[in-house]
Amino acid sequence: MIFNFISDMTGTDPSHSLYELPEGTRAVVHEFRLAQHVVEHLMNLGFVPGVEIEVSRSGPGGDPRVYRVDGTEVALRRDVSQQIEVRPLFDGARP
Amino acid sequence: MSVSAVTSPNLASSDAAVQQKMRTVAVVGPPNCGKTTLFNRLTGLRQKVGNFPGVTVEHHTGVLRDDEGHELGLIDLPGIYGMNPKSEDEKVTVDVLNGDMAGTPRPDGIVLVLDSNNLNRHLVLAARVIALGLPTLVVLNMADELHKQGGQVDIVSLAHQLGTPVSLVSAATGEGIDSVQKFLMSSTAAPAPLELPVLQDARGCREWAVKVGANASYRRPATPLWTKRLDSIFLHKFWGGVIFALVVVAVFQTIFAIGQPLSSLFQDGLDVTGGFIGNHLPEGLLQSLIINGIWNGVGAVLVFLPQILLLFLVIGILEDSGYLARAAVIADRVMSKAGLNGKCFIPLLSAYACAVPAIMATRTIESKRDRIATILIAPFMTCSARLPVYTMMIGAFVPNKPILGWFLGTRAVAMLGLYLLGFLMAVGTAKVLKSSVLKSKDAPFIMEMPPYRWPTAASIGLRLVDRAKAFVYRAGTVILGVSVVLWLLTNFPMQNGKPPAIEDSVVAQIGHAIEPAIKPLGWDWKIGVGLVTSMAARETIIATLGTLNGIDAESQALDLEAALRQQLTPAAAVALLVFFAFAMQCMSTVAIVRRETNGWKWPGIQFAYMTGMAIVCAYLSFHLVQMLS
Repeated sequence: MIFNFISDMTGTDPSHSLYELPEGTRAVVHEFRLAQHVVEHLMNLGFVPGVEIEVSRSGPGGDPRVYRVDGTEVALRRDVSQQIEVRPLFDGARP
Repeated sequence: MSVSAVTSPNLASSDAAVQQKMRTVAVVGPPNCGKTTLFNRLTGLRQKVGNFPGVTVEHHTGVLRDDEGHELGLIDLPGIYGMNPKSEDEKVTVDVLNGDMAGTPRPDGIVLVLDSNNLNRHLVLAARVIALGLPTLVVLNMADELHKQGGQVDIVSLAHQLGTPVSLVSAATGEGIDSVQKFLMSSTAAPAPLELPVLQDARGCREWAVKVGANASYRRPATPLWTKRLDSIFLHKFWGGVIFALVVVAVFQTIFAIGQPLSSLFQDGLDVTGGFIGNHLPEGLLQSLIINGIWNGVGAVLVFLPQILLLFLVIGILEDSGYLARAAVIADRVMSKAGLNGKCFIPLLSAYACAVPAIMATRTIESKRDRIATILIAPFMTCSARLPVYTMMIGAFVPNKPILGWFLGTRAVAMLGLYLLGFLMAVGTAKVLKSSVLKSKDAPFIMEMPPYRWPTAASIGLRLVDRAKAFVYRAGTVILGVSVVLWLLTNFPMQNGKPPAIEDSVVAQIGHAIEPAIKPLGWDWKIGVGLVTSMAARETIIATLGTLNGIDAESQALDLEAALRQQLTPAAAVALLVFFAFAMQCMSTVAIVRRETNGWKWPGIQFAYMTGMAIVCAYLSFHLVQMLS
């Protein structure tokens, strides 16, 4: 998929943090509650509001966790992923 | 058109030449886009490492020459994600591109390397770099992977939209490289101002990038299946940890099982060569200075070279294959308990071979505070210079009794205990530092996972050459100075025109002078002399104690162990081991810390802290052992 922007209206509950999502789920970035320079770094890596993210997998111990964004994978520790607000997406097959 | 890379006589003159007349082109791009592979392909072995004045970030330069003899300087700049630098590395690139780097003129052109597998993200960087207004060639790298995984891009359309030439290449296979060479050797006009969305608006930039990509019929390749498969093993909840532990053990095994014998072989080579040179010099002071001072002193440090290169070979393979990023994720959980992050793991692992390359490897840590903390604790890791000292002392004082049959003996336990001691001190120090002076809240762990790739011999080989040069140059120059001073101290004052017996030399006087200070630790003046000479490199104490006890080199080890048992009580021996575990007796490390932190403040604090810790803990352990026995 080339154009992976999803309208902000998609998804349901807007109050999820990225950290809360289970592995294998997808969501759309909504908002950051982080310092400006951290946000810039995240945006450079593809975490831009409106872009779709997939929770890829976590390492042993559950933290940090790897997220797939834009065809690349980025590892984030809990203290960052908790501060990224997302709107979960639901596949047809899954509830 | 053939373009050949040529060597310049030396760094200083070539840099001056670059500054004066030569056109220079900067190679820039995001991390992991194959930028260095392209640079290496363009310049080959004929490149040099340099430093910008005032910063410790290295950059590589190479000189290309076309058929008509026109020369062109090529600079490989550290990877950037955007034009707002996060790390010291990124700042260098941005400063050079903006023409703000003192002593380095703004480049005449830019080769912007992007990963063609990830264009949507990288085109945002392209927009910012093109906006600088310099003649730019956009190189879409890794064309082989793009095509193999079913991706595609129309470069003509892309060039039209960006207003710059675009070429699709594979630096790894060489495909399309000639188009880059053509660009380098022709003066291209500056790009027409690009109509970009407001640069500050990240979302606008993204939408623009996606639109440009779509217009150029860009289709992103599928993620290689085996990257997903390997991740499901390497980051597996259980096996991930097991493999990580095995990799760490394998790195150690390589350093000690292969590196150690290589180092001894190298030592033998140095001894033979030293003897050969000595035989061809007239006997006297000069011969003694060259052989006993310079050759043996510098040799004492060079002897670690095989081990260090082996370490970098192993780490290089792990890094280029993509595993190291996964290892950092796994290590992060443990490292975070000490207030550090996963990126500090690699330098600390390297420190088990030698603190000097470990401190050089801290450059990849973006957070300045985390970097300083890592530099400060790295020398507590049991480096290979401590190993001969530990071996000698354990051999002298710990009887070899089996604990778990053939598997584990008392001596092995003592050795492991010393490793643990250094590690615990490092962790404790990190914890204290990170919860006080070096507390950092705003430097979270964010790490890109590169795809798995086969490491190439060329890129690892070039890096090894680099590391070897850096180590020999930086450690070697300091050791040269210290060795000459030590030689002077052991060979003066002259008696009847001859060097004195070591008991009458200046160094012995120093030993006697500090004896009152070290007496409470159970050490005599000979140990004092050993402590002084081991400032150059820790294991020098063995040779010194050998000389002071009148033991010739042939039967050194066993006789020295016997002499040590006479000289030291068990408590004093324990105190000495503890001292060696903690003290910063390594001038090369002091020198490298000064360089990497740009001043004497941190090496000063570090030296005082480590030496203070060493004395206090040696004193405490001396009394503890005395009380127990």
